[in-house]
Amino acid sequence: MDKQYSLREAVAQIEDGMTVGIGGWGARRKPMALLREILRSELKDLTVVACGGAELGMLCATGKVRKLVFAFVPPDSIPLGPCFRQILRSGAIEVMEIDEGMLQLGLRAAAWGLPFMPTGAGLGTDVLTRNPQIKLVDSPYDDKEWVAMPALQLDVSLLHVDRADARGVCQIAGPDHYLDDGFARAATRTIVSCEELVASDFFHDPARARQVFWERSATSVVVEAPGGAHPGSCNPQYGADLRHFGTCVAAAEDGGMVGYLQQYLGADEAEYQHNVGGLDAIRALELPTC
Amino acid sequence: MSDAATGYTLAELCIVAAAEAFRHDGEILAAGSGVIPRLAASLAMKTFNPDLMITDAGAFLLGEPCPIGQRPADFHQANETWLGLSRACDTFWSRKCHTILEPSQLDRFGQANSSAQYGGLRQTGAMLAEPRGFPGLSISSPRSFFVAGHTTRAFPPGECDYVSYPGFNPARLARGHSLEDIDIRRVVTDLCVMDFGGPDNQLRLLTLHPGVTVQQVQDNTGFPIAVAGTVPATAPPTAAQLAIIAALDPHQLRATVIADNPPGEPAGQL
Repeated sequence: MDKQYSLREAVAQIEDGMTVGIGGWGARRKPMALLREILRSELKDLTVVACGGAELGMLCATGKVRKLVFAFVPPDSIPLGPCFRQILRSGAIEVMEIDEGMLQLGLRAAAWGLPFMPTGAGLGTDVLTRNPQIKLVDSPYDDKEWVAMPALQLDVSLLHVDRADARGVCQIAGPDHYLDDGFARAATRTIVSCEELVASDFFHDPARARQVFWERSATSVVVEAPGGAHPGSCNPQYGADLRHFGTCVAAAEDGGMVGYLQQYLGADEAEYQHNVGGLDAIRALELPTC
Repeated sequence: MSDAATGYTLAELCIVAAAEAFRHDGEILAAGSGVIPRLAASLAMKTFNPDLMITDAGAFLLGEPCPIGQRPADFHQANETWLGLSRACDTFWSRKCHTILEPSQLDRFGQANSSAQYGGLRQTGAMLAEPRGFPGLSISSPRSFFVAGHTTRAFPPGECDYVSYPGFNPARLARGHSLEDIDIRRVVTDLCVMDFGGPDNQLRLLTLHPGVTVQQVQDNTGFPIAVAGTVPATAPPTAAQLAIIAALDPHQLRATVIADNPPGEPAGQL
């Protein structure tokens, strides 16, 4: 079985109006090469589900997004910038902002074929008042109400990993796979970009097989995209490009996210990498300290 | 208090006061991502509660606290247990966790706002509220608070603009739940130490930092606080505690937390 496609072929499988999950966290191991291909496409009216990062600002600024379902944007990641905040404030995009644990439960409910998962998360908070579509449910075992976190069923998930083989076995070698396993399982189709495509015997080493967090049956598409998390990090391969993020945020502050993209995005990933200093420069970016 | 140090900063006093929150916790995860909470948890682990568990603010629990900020290339972190995001709820929701949070607002109910944004939420309706993982965390675990700037903006007269952490507010209780399910421990600010142990869970003054008056605390709080009798002074750091803090924070990140990094004891107090 061969699941390899090019970036363009992979993104061509996404349709207007679909619900798209994005793996990674903050500025870490985000599937940026795949997202850049979306930015170059005609796609629109997407519902995006993610642990937030700078990609949300890019997708919103280019008019790709109808609805956002997201959890926390980490404080140590790159600020989303006033551009993103303005879009939220304008009310142009429907927003469902929830607790990280609720996001995880929503993905799990979808993966397990359940309409919801019960939880205490959200009780007594404005997560509930701001999201009236999230209902409370009576417990059959005590006299208490609990939050019924609805399933977050995804049409497509986009993930970035260290290595994968052509059958979709994926290795995440860094310190955290975040909620990527949940995103992979909650989606009808999971598209994975990888730093390096490897032969299947790479995983015969049990230590490497231990770094595989979902079965290959949950991977639909594999795309080789070295440097594909730039300008975010792909620890232990490379760190975040803070200088480039600075450029990106400064552009956004001028209301010029579209101008920034015109300058850097390019016609394809090769052109993008040329515009930001080349793949060798990306691979040389220093790893972060917690 | 013969071993009390002199010449300490207000930030160091707050670290020591916040560390006290963990004294009787035993073997639980002491969490918190900010400079003061991390140093407080590390100090507690290195002194009176060695059973504590702490994180590196990334994906690992540490067997030994590590310095914060940039570290030498040859530094080896004493990782003890992997604790990635996908497992965070297993820990945080299992009631074996006590977090020190740094809210932008804390109201009379003990409800708090984790958003970096003040105001406007109720008016605009669509803004980044940043509840993070805190709603789930705080329904399941005890929490304490650190507020670097004790003002009526941080302690508003009404409810928080956005409630990320539930508090002692009967109006927001789901059916069958009780205010006794809410567990808020300590509130440490740049003026004082408080808790919600007043009548009907009212915010109560426990100790005053050197040079601060009861009136000053009340004037900077947007709602009445409970004061019982004479309020003692916050215990100053010991020389041993200051040495541990200095080793854990070699880049002096603690000097950036409170505006102008004031001394712990105002001039002329000694």
